[in-house]
Amino acid sequence: MVGPNGAGKSTLLRLLAGLARPSAGSVLLGGVPLTRDAAARRTIGLLSHQSHLYDDLSAVENLAFAARLHGLVIDPTGNARRGLAAVGLIDRVDEPVRRLSRGTVQRVAIARALMHGPRVLLLDEPLSGLDPAAAEQIAALLDDERRTGKGLVLVSHDVHESWELATHVHLLMRGAWVIDEPRSGTLEQFLTRYREALHG
Amino acid sequence: MADLLRAALAIAAKDLRVELRSRTALVSALGFAAMVLMIFNFARDSAVVSREAMAPSVLWITFTFSAVIALNRSFALERENAALDGLLLAPVSRTAIFLGKYFANLAFVFTIEAVALPLFLLFFGVSIGGVVSGIILTAVLATAGFVAVGTVFAAIAVRTRFAELMLPVLVLPFLLPPVIGAVQVTSRLLAGRPMSEILGWLKILALYDLVFVTFCILLFPALMDE
Repeated sequence: MVGPNGAGKSTLLRLLAGLARPSAGSVLLGGVPLTRDAAARRTIGLLSHQSHLYDDLSAVENLAFAARLHGLVIDPTGNARRGLAAVGLIDRVDEPVRRLSRGTVQRVAIARALMHGPRVLLLDEPLSGLDPAAAEQIAALLDDERRTGKGLVLVSHDVHESWELATHVHLLMRGAWVIDEPRSGTLEQFLTRYREALHG
Repeated sequence: MADLLRAALAIAAKDLRVELRSRTALVSALGFAAMVLMIFNFARDSAVVSREAMAPSVLWITFTFSAVIALNRSFALERENAALDGLLLAPVSRTAIFLGKYFANLAFVFTIEAVALPLFLLFFGVSIGGVVSGIILTAVLATAGFVAVGTVFAAIAVRTRFAELMLPVLVLPFLLPPVIGAVQVTSRLLAGRPMSEILGWLKILALYDLVFVTFCILLFPALMDE
């Protein structure tokens, strides 16, 4: 899901996650409103612009807390360590989040969103702030998630970073769909249509 | 029910762990409590106002305002990095979130009271030897109610621009009944009055707890979903 700044991409993700209430219509997952049903929320993993992490807790403490809330009560700390290992962070798991760089915090936040095995992943600019090697690692991880049958809704204002992951492309402008179709053709062709929509 | 309690305890443990790391609210509240007790102690004209007459009010003013400082941080820590969204996304009921916050706030406020009470005895030289259990019962009954109300108002205030200023304005009117009740019980206990004079106020405190804790548990989920 791409679009210029202010198109409504992040707002749409918050609506899909059940964190905001639509002024009209409703958001249902399997026929159930997310805000009302705790079990339905278990199937959602959200990565937003904010990390949802506590600065005074370490990465592993943050994820262990999230694991407990998601019902992973047998070994929450073990789950947290495995989640952090999956995003390439195993050496800095005990440092308070406030001491971590922006890119590292982003990887911890991705691990948090993935840890409980959600069926649908809502990802707002997941690769922003990451160095090329980390971005490649996270993109591969997300691709693996997609291949296992999970739904990924990936929001980006940079088409280049998300093109390879996409099966469908949606261009959102001023709160409305301008392009809404399965991915086809090349990135260059899509970018040409994107520019035409943007300027015309 | 077990899931609800487990989630509530996880949230409370997290809040306590964050506070133990930063010690921001606890140190501020305890410093404030010490300052209030010191000021009242030195400002009192002993020829006009006796210690015994003033002590119960000072004790509960100290407890109440220190508690408001502690309650302010309850949801403030959820504001950084939008951690509250993380809580709301979790598959736990909103009631579990309320109870978790409530348990953590009770632990904070009881800690503040446990430290402030000896300071109060030190500054005011009041003897509570024979009525310790009565003072503790009063503190438990009054604190249980006003912390529940304070937790709900902290959740409301955190969504406003001036949360730290809004909370005292919103919550203090609702704290009047338990604070007045607690002052009445404490003054009668310190004066050695018979139990028959105290029981009515204790019943009022217990009724306030029953009504407001229930009301807060019912109200909180609607507040979070709005």
